Amino acid sequence: MAVADRRNRGAILALTGPAYLWLTATIFLPLSAMLYCSFLAKSPLVPAPASFTLKHYAAFIDRPVNQQLMLWSLELGAVVTICCLVIGYPAALALAKVIKGRWREAMFLMVVLPFWSNALVRTFSWTMVLRRDGLADQAIHFIAPWAPEFDLLYSYPAVVIGLVHSYLPYMILTCYISLQAIDDSVIEAARSLGARSGALFRRVVFPMSLPGVLAGSALIFVPAVGSFMEPRILGGIKAPTLGMTIEDQFTVTANWPLGAALSFLMLGAVLLICLALYPAARKRMEGL
Amino acid sequence: MKLGSALLAAHLWLVLAFLYVPIVVMAVFGFNASPLYALPFQFDLVWYRELAGNTKLIDAGIHSVGIAIVNTIIATALGTMAALAFARYQFRGKTVLQLLLFPPVAVPWLVIGTAMLVFFYWIDIKRGLFAILLGHVALSLPYVIVVVGARLATFPRAVEEAAATLGATPWQTFRRVTAPLLAPGVIGGALFAFAVSFDQFVISYFLAPPGVTTLPVEIYGAIRKGFTPEINAISTIIILVSMGALLLTARFYRFGGER
Repeated sequence: MAVADRRNRGAILALTGPAYLWLTATIFLPLSAMLYCSFLAKSPLVPAPASFTLKHYAAFIDRPVNQQLMLWSLELGAVVTICCLVIGYPAALALAKVIKGRWREAMFLMVVLPFWSNALVRTFSWTMVLRRDGLADQAIHFIAPWAPEFDLLYSYPAVVIGLVHSYLPYMILTCYISLQAIDDSVIEAARSLGARSGALFRRVVFPMSLPGVLAGSALIFVPAVGSFMEPRILGGIKAPTLGMTIEDQFTVTANWPLGAALSFLMLGAVLLICLALYPAARKRMEGL
Repeated sequence: MKLGSALLAAHLWLVLAFLYVPIVVMAVFGFNASPLYALPFQFDLVWYRELAGNTKLIDAGIHSVGIAIVNTIIATALGTMAALAFARYQFRGKTVLQLLLFPPVAVPWLVIGTAMLVFFYWIDIKRGLFAILLGHVALSLPYVIVVVGARLATFPRAVEEAAATLGATPWQTFRRVTAPLLAPGVIGGALFAFAVSFDQFVISYFLAPPGVTTLPVEIYGAIRKGFTPEINAISTIIILVSMGALLLTARFYRFGGER
């Protein structure tokens, strides 16, 4: 056993080493530098001897506006993730189990393709759809000329639409990969044993695809919470996020330490939520 | 069940429509004569002619594609290796390593970008395409590991054992059994890696020296000066080129996994 362990250790090191060395040099060391920065009294741009303070973290407790921004950001992330799951999972199911042959291939490619368009351009494209006199407005009035003016731009729903549009392919891809791996014979077996469609889905298909659901949710929730570009373009002042405030600290006010402190608070909140949900998810998968 | 299947298929079509509405809008306005995106539509290639003379935008496009390709190769290789280690071995510190995948995704790109800028400055890695590549691979790795890992989690391990029992060497088992089963996950991971890099704006923005930019950085600059249909034009070209590349890949590899 000990010999096998040693051989395994070599394999584990060889397999994980390169990826984690890379991550250390480009993520963890720079983030450590950033953490250091969040305790600095003055911005590193100012040539002064380093002095340390907790005031940037205290700013979060003292100022309710930052707490409100944090809540809004987390809520936005949850809404976007749930929308992506509700819309994306049935699409992945259709792709994996209903559509067959060359059609499936074509539609899989169609789902993947939007990735290749730039996020900035896609976000801006929605302004052309959602604004007053935009495509949606004109389409509605073409069908129903008496309808009230349609202007969704600079609103919370616009931000959600934009973010769901950005992240939906992630959910479809991860769910599809999991669903597609479920052997059809397993489904046939369940059905021949008398499982109805509802039970088949609840007891067999959904639990087996849970790894994909969780992967997709994590890939969407986290960046959606930290988003600032989409809220800025589609929400204006109607959907402020903590991400926008953090961006300002680096681009407008040049208060790097405050931006760093707010970032670490956001990271802490996201990590706490993921850690809180992890045991429940694992239990669900083990109970398979 | 027939009705359910029909509804699911209809839903998929609606989703595709949702995904493509803004992209089609974007493409259409690239062919519209009006610089203010005004309707009615008037077909004109003026924005493509402008583009042909815009060497800055073309250079930026070449940088973006090059970085994305190299990034995809490196990130897919390293990420798949790590995902295999997680799926195959139980070892101390595994949970820690898996949790360490969160920071690159969880920390706002803005912070990672500025943090890289500061750190790279300290260890004397100059701003430029190499620095941008370093950052893109780091951001792509977690996506590859998670996507390939999701595939491995539903991987029928018994098939490999059966192959070994039937006398296949480890290499034969890998080539004939493991690799084909793993392929959809790896391709999914590679597509993520390419998308992450090609779409990446914030990291590139902080790591690009003046004059050497990637497409998103160049486009962002253009948006700040005023959005012109020229950007629609170059985006349309990019979509067509990548669509061609993907379709070419699909000719040699069946994405659906259908045998």
